[in-house]
Amino acid sequence: MSTKVEAPVPEPLSLERNGVELTGVSRSFGAITALEGLDLRVRPGEVMAVVGPSGCGKSTLLEIVAGLQEPDAGSARAGAGPSASSAATRRAACAYMPQRDLLLPWRDALGNAALALECQGVARAEARRRAEPLFERFGLADFERSRPAELSGGMRQRVAFLRTLLPGRPVLLLDEPFGALDAITRGSMQEWLAGALLAEPRTVLLVTHDVEEAVFLADRVAIMSARPGRIVATLHVPLPRPRRLTDARLVELRAAALEALA
Amino acid sequence: MTRVLLTAALLVVFVAAWQGVASLDSVDDLTLASPVETLDALRDDWSLLWDNARVTLVEVALGLAISVAVGVVFAVAMHLSRPLRDAAYPLLVASQAIPIVVLAPILVLAFDYGIGPKLAIVALICFFPITVNLLDGLRSVEPGLLKLMRSLGASRLRTLRTVELPASLPYLFSGLKIAATVSVIGAVFGEWAGADEGLGRLVLLGNNQLQTPRVYAGIVLLTLMAVALFALAALAERLACPWNREERPE
Repeated sequence: MSTKVEAPVPEPLSLERNGVELTGVSRSFGAITALEGLDLRVRPGEVMAVVGPSGCGKSTLLEIVAGLQEPDAGSARAGAGPSASSAATRRAACAYMPQRDLLLPWRDALGNAALALECQGVARAEARRRAEPLFERFGLADFERSRPAELSGGMRQRVAFLRTLLPGRPVLLLDEPFGALDAITRGSMQEWLAGALLAEPRTVLLVTHDVEEAVFLADRVAIMSARPGRIVATLHVPLPRPRRLTDARLVELRAAALEALA
Repeated sequence: MTRVLLTAALLVVFVAAWQGVASLDSVDDLTLASPVETLDALRDDWSLLWDNARVTLVEVALGLAISVAVGVVFAVAMHLSRPLRDAAYPLLVASQAIPIVVLAPILVLAFDYGIGPKLAIVALICFFPITVNLLDGLRSVEPGLLKLMRSLGASRLRTLRTVELPASLPYLFSGLKIAATVSVIGAVFGEWAGADEGLGRLVLLGNNQLQTPRVYAGIVLLTLMAVALFALAALAERLACPWNREERPE
């Protein structure tokens, strides 16, 4: 996928101090402790991947950062300013992309992409007008009027990305964004995302159980333990971009990450 | 196509059996009119039947419209307010235990012979499946979607308008289909309790005057009316939610 991706927002983003910081975060559901004493820091403009076994609380971690949940103990900050620890500010600073594309089946692709802008109070027609020019850059040209049921899995995911990126929020939270795709589509989507982030850097927190995806996309990889989840190790990925999955150093890092997980 | 043929075949079997039973010597003509006699009555009394059918149709259509309006308001209010839902649900169920046969004459006493009591009875029967189905629909919206809307900064009202209501349209139509079939019974009850016109009244009158074929003709028309209303609701559903079929292919 060589689709060139440019900034979907006209005004440049300020990444300054728009990082993520979790300190001593704990969260339980009934008798189950999902997270316990978790510390994680994502610097502004950095791509941080969190890998861990299934059910280790990765999604909970992301929802806390996104301001959709509050930690039982500890503090969560996202975005800039003194109020960055309030859930409302975290919600406003973060663009959250859930595991599944969750497109509305009754809206066409353009309407789905425009949804995020509508939620910010932009009128429907205006939101569609602003989303339209981006379809070509996202490799979705001529599919503006297609319903989700008519799109392939990769295209649906790109519409979901478009919806996530349009409001121009500085912190991007991705919950296994390619988990539902087949291996070939997944590979091309990973390259596409790497290109998109290169063209327009954001602070990214990417949750995945795919170690290869983590080292391919991230500046740093945090390894999470099984429940109760906490960060047990952090790996640096000091490789220049664009990266290649077959790069020997990348393969080495992947092995190191897998070892840390074991 | 095979489905249509099968339905037609079942109908033929039913009518043949009906004709057979009606032709038996032991069956009184005043109890059971044969299909042939019923057809004759339909032909001979057509203008009388049609004039009264139109009255009933108006009662049913308006009653259904009221039930949809009331049902949507109730369901949305109960969806938005948990305490209201907990408090109102038992009353909603209780409303369906009211014996309509007893209530109808009281309504007629209170509101006279006009269309009012008929609308009230149709609406009382029909709002229930609409409210319950729509409420189920509103509550079964994918939790992930609600989370997504929250993260996008959507207000409660916008989430309701852009996600929850469209997603539960198919449920609303399921309720409407059930309501459409029982609405005719409601109108007939209303007319039995006191009316100057309408198919229900005509059937009651025919019964008293021992015009059995006319009674059966009236019943046939009432049945057709219910089937047509059901088909209309199904058609409206297809037009309003085409995505529902795309999403769930057979």
